[in-house]
Amino acid sequence: MKYVDEYRDGKLAHKIAEDIRNLVKPELDYYFMEFCGGHTHAIFRYGIPDLLPENVHLVHGPGCPVCVLPIERIDAAIELAVRHNVILCAYGDMMRVPGSNRASLLKIKAEGADVRMVYSCNDVLMIAQDNPDSEVVFFAIGFETTTPPTAIMILQANNMALKNLSVFCNHVLTPSAIGTILESPEIREMGTLKLDGFIGPAHVSTIIGSQPYEYFAEEFQKPVVIAGFEPLDVLQALVMLIKQVNEGRAEVENEFVRAVTADGNIKAKKLVSEIFELRPEFSWRGLGNVPYSGLRIKQKYRHLDAEYRFVIAPSTGKENKACECPSILRGVKKPQDCKLFGKACTPEMPLGSCMVSSEGACAAYYSYGRFRMA
Amino acid sequence: MNKRNPFGAKLNFNTGVVEMIHGAGGKASSQLIDQLFVAAFDNDMLNEHSDQAKITLPEGQVVMATDSHVITPLFFSGGNIGSLAIHGTVNDVSMSGATPLYVSAGFILEEGYPLKDLKLIVESMAEAAREAGVAVVAGDTKVVEKGKADGVFINTTGVGVITNGVDLSVNKIQPGDKVLISGSMGDHGVCIMSKRANIGFESNLESDSASLNWLVSDMLSQVPGIKYMRDPTRGGVSAILNEIAYQCGVGIRLEEDQLPIKEAVRSGCELLGLDPLYVANEGKLIAFCPAEFADQLVDTMRQHPLGKDAAIIGEVIEDENGFVQLQTSFGGSRVVDWINGEQLPRIC
Repeated sequence: MKYVDEYRDGKLAHKIAEDIRNLVKPELDYYFMEFCGGHTHAIFRYGIPDLLPENVHLVHGPGCPVCVLPIERIDAAIELAVRHNVILCAYGDMMRVPGSNRASLLKIKAEGADVRMVYSCNDVLMIAQDNPDSEVVFFAIGFETTTPPTAIMILQANNMALKNLSVFCNHVLTPSAIGTILESPEIREMGTLKLDGFIGPAHVSTIIGSQPYEYFAEEFQKPVVIAGFEPLDVLQALVMLIKQVNEGRAEVENEFVRAVTADGNIKAKKLVSEIFELRPEFSWRGLGNVPYSGLRIKQKYRHLDAEYRFVIAPSTGKENKACECPSILRGVKKPQDCKLFGKACTPEMPLGSCMVSSEGACAAYYSYGRFRMA
Repeated sequence: MNKRNPFGAKLNFNTGVVEMIHGAGGKASSQLIDQLFVAAFDNDMLNEHSDQAKITLPEGQVVMATDSHVITPLFFSGGNIGSLAIHGTVNDVSMSGATPLYVSAGFILEEGYPLKDLKLIVESMAEAAREAGVAVVAGDTKVVEKGKADGVFINTTGVGVITNGVDLSVNKIQPGDKVLISGSMGDHGVCIMSKRANIGFESNLESDSASLNWLVSDMLSQVPGIKYMRDPTRGGVSAILNEIAYQCGVGIRLEEDQLPIKEAVRSGCELLGLDPLYVANEGKLIAFCPAEFADQLVDTMRQHPLGKDAAIIGEVIEDENGFVQLQTSFGGSRVVDWINGEQLPRIC
């Protein structure tokens, strides 16, 4: 595959791995958080930990879009499909995410609810046009990457005067989450979470650019290296991070120059700000209520907002008390620290959201890395 | 067949559709059976119009397998549900080392399904049977109301006989054995996915749907020591390797560099966030043999058109946990886990 295989070259990987071994100071331990689930997935899929020296540790962050969605939002989506009888359109990853009482979109679909797995917002528009007598709701989730397509869909639905389509908006913002992790007591006060730097998001950064990370580098003195999702990108980012730590620098560097600029995708950002505005706060699984971390649909397009169109009862959904997803999402605990991991909670029967998506730390550990724990 | 035609006008295969009456057991049912199924499958046993087929089997161990086919879409590049229904069952029988001989076919048809399409399906089924050297000797047709099925469902049951003393068994697999595949992985699954309405990517990829019995007979007659064979259909290569590893209490280590995967399959999987190891095949087999026979076996497979891309993809190792591992081209290793339900596309 052109433009892909070049970034998966095993020979080059061994060379970079050697560079890393030569760079690290034996007396130091290096802890880097990859924020994005896309990186977590790549790290496990290609077996990157096997190539790293023992004193380079990867901490898995909260950047899996389905993992951070709180249980009450999943319950709300389920309620839309079951009680309001809408055609609920969702991305594939969402289908198995557990809501309260282990309900999930797949489960309610089996019980008769009309849940459709979609690959893009275009599918949603088509479903709405094909089913003019049914209410169609798009369960919009994701970080800055999936937000512009939702914005375009809202704009198109508005222009087409589609009466039966609305959006249940759960789009969230990456910088707010990184800020929350850095502000957390585990880092600021207790020092229980050691973090020397971040592997910065790939696809998210193509939209928002590298500029928003400057604040973290400056304020928290943590280096950030924006990296692509291919395995060589990850290794190269680690080289750049280790160099920064060794040299006492804390800067934003961009490994993913083939796709990320300082300002990002200006057109997409403009579009997003035309359709969406900040919520005063949004609840994240693992991080709790984070101020100004989520988006909602602006007044002008409110007629397309499912939260205004339907009365959704507030969920009393509670997480399983033993589930460590919140700590795992903050990087404070590892999947195998959770009592449920691999026992009550497996990809077949996930209790926590981190076990659902292959981008979730638990699922990645379980599916790809389990033999290391055996 | 110079009998009086009791049915009046012939079935209209241009504009006609399946009706409830075609499954009601009366004249219309007989007409459909006669003018479509018997005509296409054309053999003495069906021509008898009895409720059963009487067959005499050669000496040997009798092997039987059944498979129900419920695929969407019904037509795809490289085949349709009809040819697939023959290939699937022929392959299940063949993996035991048996020569497949007879097949039965049960059809569940949805009211309103075009007879024109049904004819295409049945004819390609007949052609697939002829190619595989099996006779469709018994059948059944049921019609369900519109909306109660998805066009056509087909169940096929196959019978074969192991005549050459071959004794394949999963229990013979042991550490050191090599794992071989007869060709590229994931062709069928990606072809089907690309044809599903809501994905909208185009490829000229064809399904690999094919009967493997002639390949198997070459392998067994030319190479000694083959221990076990399976065809990696639903759940792909990973599903059957995990089953085998679990059953035998061994590990299996695959070499990513050695996995034959077509460019179109890799690209399709990349786009959808899927892993070719989990994608279905309908014309591939996995074989286990002792290391000393592996080169000879792969050469033999490569001489057959259905095995031209055969490869040695890994080996059986000692591992009481029964993990299937992959040595990645990148230089690391990971587990190739059991598939969990259907693979779901990732968001980013």
